[in-house]
Amino acid sequence: MRELTYLEAVREAMSLEMRKNDDVFLMGEDIGVYGGAFGVTRGMIEEFGPERIRNTPISEAGIAGAAVGSALTGMRPIMELQFSDFITIALDQIVNQAAKLRYMYGGKGKVPMVVRTPSGSGTGAAAQHSQSLEAWVAHIPGLKVVQPSTAYDVKGLLKAAMDDDNPVIFYEHKLLYKTSSEVPEEEYSIPLGKADIKREGTDVTIVASAIMVHKALEAAAELEKEGISVEIVDPRTLVPLDTETIIQSVTKTGRLVVVHEAVKRGGFGGEIASMIAESEAFDYLDAPIKRLGGISAPIPYNPELEKAAVPQVPDIINAVKETLNK
Amino acid sequence: MTILKHVLESVENQFETFQILNEDGKIVNKADMPELSDEELKELMRRMVYTRVLDQRSIALNRQGRLGFYAPTAGQEASQLGSHFALEKEDYLLPGYRDVPQLIWQGLPLHQAFLWSRGHFAGGQFPEDVRALFPQIIIGAQYVQAAGVALGIKKRGKQAVAVTWTGDGGTSQGDFYEGMNFAGAYKAPAIFIAQNNGFAISVPREKQSSAKTLAQKAIAAGIEGIQVDGMDVLAVYAATKHARNRAINGEGPTLIETLTYRYGPHTMSGDDPTRYRSDELNSEWEKKDPLIRFRKFLEGKKLWSEEEEAKVIEDAKNDIKEAIKKADQAPKQKVTDLIGFMYEELPVNLQAQMEEYQAKESK
Ligand SMILES: Cc1ncc(C[n+]2csc(CCOP(=O)(O)OP(=O)(O)O)c2C)c(N)n1
Ligand SMILES: [Mg+2]
Repeated sequence: MRELTYLEAVREAMSLEMRKNDDVFLMGEDIGVYGGAFGVTRGMIEEFGPERIRNTPISEAGIAGAAVGSALTGMRPIMELQFSDFITIALDQIVNQAAKLRYMYGGKGKVPMVVRTPSGSGTGAAAQHSQSLEAWVAHIPGLKVVQPSTAYDVKGLLKAAMDDDNPVIFYEHKLLYKTSSEVPEEEYSIPLGKADIKREGTDVTIVASAIMVHKALEAAAELEKEGISVEIVDPRTLVPLDTETIIQSVTKTGRLVVVHEAVKRGGFGGEIASMIAESEAFDYLDAPIKRLGGISAPIPYNPELEKAAVPQVPDIINAVKETLNK
Repeated sequence: MTILKHVLESVENQFETFQILNEDGKIVNKADMPELSDEELKELMRRMVYTRVLDQRSIALNRQGRLGFYAPTAGQEASQLGSHFALEKEDYLLPGYRDVPQLIWQGLPLHQAFLWSRGHFAGGQFPEDVRALFPQIIIGAQYVQAAGVALGIKKRGKQAVAVTWTGDGGTSQGDFYEGMNFAGAYKAPAIFIAQNNGFAISVPREKQSSAKTLAQKAIAAGIEGIQVDGMDVLAVYAATKHARNRAINGEGPTLIETLTYRYGPHTMSGDDPTRYRSDELNSEWEKKDPLIRFRKFLEGKKLWSEEEEAKVIEDAKNDIKEAIKKADQAPKQKVTDLIGFMYEELPVNLQAQMEEYQAKESK
């Protein structure tokens, strides 16, 4: 099968849908001839024109509000936040409006919008362009939250997000844009709420999201050399969360390490850990659950410190060994 | 409803571009010529030349990996330095990411500006007497903050103003309107400067707003607005001086739109302006260059010579060399530094993290 980068998979998923459905359109800053800050939309304005690839004023609140308004009245907008950090400016429309309108209209209104946005650190973009704030939106009833880790997942999950009649926050990891995997040419959908086992194993379960899936895979390859068999579960969507797959895995291995890039305190890892603590898998645990996440400081504008601020492969290896008392 | 069309047109048409010095270096508006001594006029030129050199060197240093984040300034010298020259040491500056020159002329040591660019914490530790916030990265945020700074100044009865700069793109943010309206409601001593360099990264000014001028956006906030030739350092100076006087006299804030251009890329982080700008447009603006026209003007008054200019260039290069050396001597940042800055007193939860990293760092 042909390979596609993560970035190309985002573009292809949108383009395929836009060719079929005239109601789908895109709004964002510099997404026209410039192709977006990361080049995701390059070539799209040429194909779809400026009415469907809306190069907007610098106004995140405006973009989000326009998305809510148009979605509520029959369009299917995709909005791009140039950096996910700027969701702060769009949050009123996302949290107080998009998330609640279906409920407040007694099920008669719907807000089928997708918020696509690059997140995460590792590109030297400093404190206000490197955050992972997915736990914020995961906390809000009414929103769905997606964090794909591979090009294949991107294409299928974005299709599902565009088809969904609820607002979906779709996090793209900046460092993953250039990674590639095999991606079918035709459209396909990966249901939101279906985790993927990225590696099977028997000794320890690692639940990892986005970029951490790849770090966990590296760690697992190292650990294998020492005879430690690691299973890696990629939830893919935080909301809805595929609790069943995680519980099954932990029941099998008896050990759990949760790793994400977001600050550990208040991060989604806490939700996964407590979900396991409340579940039948608790009885199978042979060691305390371990959580890995970012330090409680902004992302430094310094390549070495930036790495030190978020979990790295050796940290994952150590955490796995700790759960095994090694 | 012809009356509506009439209102918009009559408002928009009142915003003529304020100019004093034309492209040929000739005074076209004697009445508004600011009272500046020969020494002050020369100092303005000195600053513009120095800042142009600083820009060229900063771009080179960035390419060599010796500077971090950098947003080029060439083309905007009159807009940045003309407005700054009208201010006083006790005024408060709220610049955007491109406005490092104003900070330097306000007294921020060059090596600290370099450290800021490198993301070193020492770059953010401004000297006590430099009344400024550091360059804003989040578009528009400085506008609302300026309202707060101005309210503080007013409450304390200080003879000072809060001055903030953003770009044309920044005027689309809610913060832009909210900041002007807020400051205007209290007649707080604030000056809002929108440096209209024609583009917000790739987006041309006309796509940002249907308004004919950005200056007219002041009207809705009930404050004064003026559009200035941002390549004319005397006009920018005079407009800012006027705004400062009004603010100090309790007449409230002013919005100043400066028409300018950035010759370089948006930032040094991978922008290619040929994707959205033509060579013709570039050369059209280069003809309006603020240094060329002011040099002509000064030469006409026998106030400037090639030797003087060469000396400024030399001085700038030496200062930059020294400042880079000094920046290189800053101690390496550690994770424990970063954790230590988080709160005034380290909370218990961070204490554990601090100890963990102290142990790692002492290895
Ligand atoms: C809230 C927010 N949205 C988007 C960005 C990304 N961004 C950085 S600079 C820029 C363009 C700003 O243009 P303008 O205000 O005209 O200033 P200029 O760079 O031309 O000086 C954008 C969109 C940001 N930093 N903050
Ligand atoms: Mg601009």
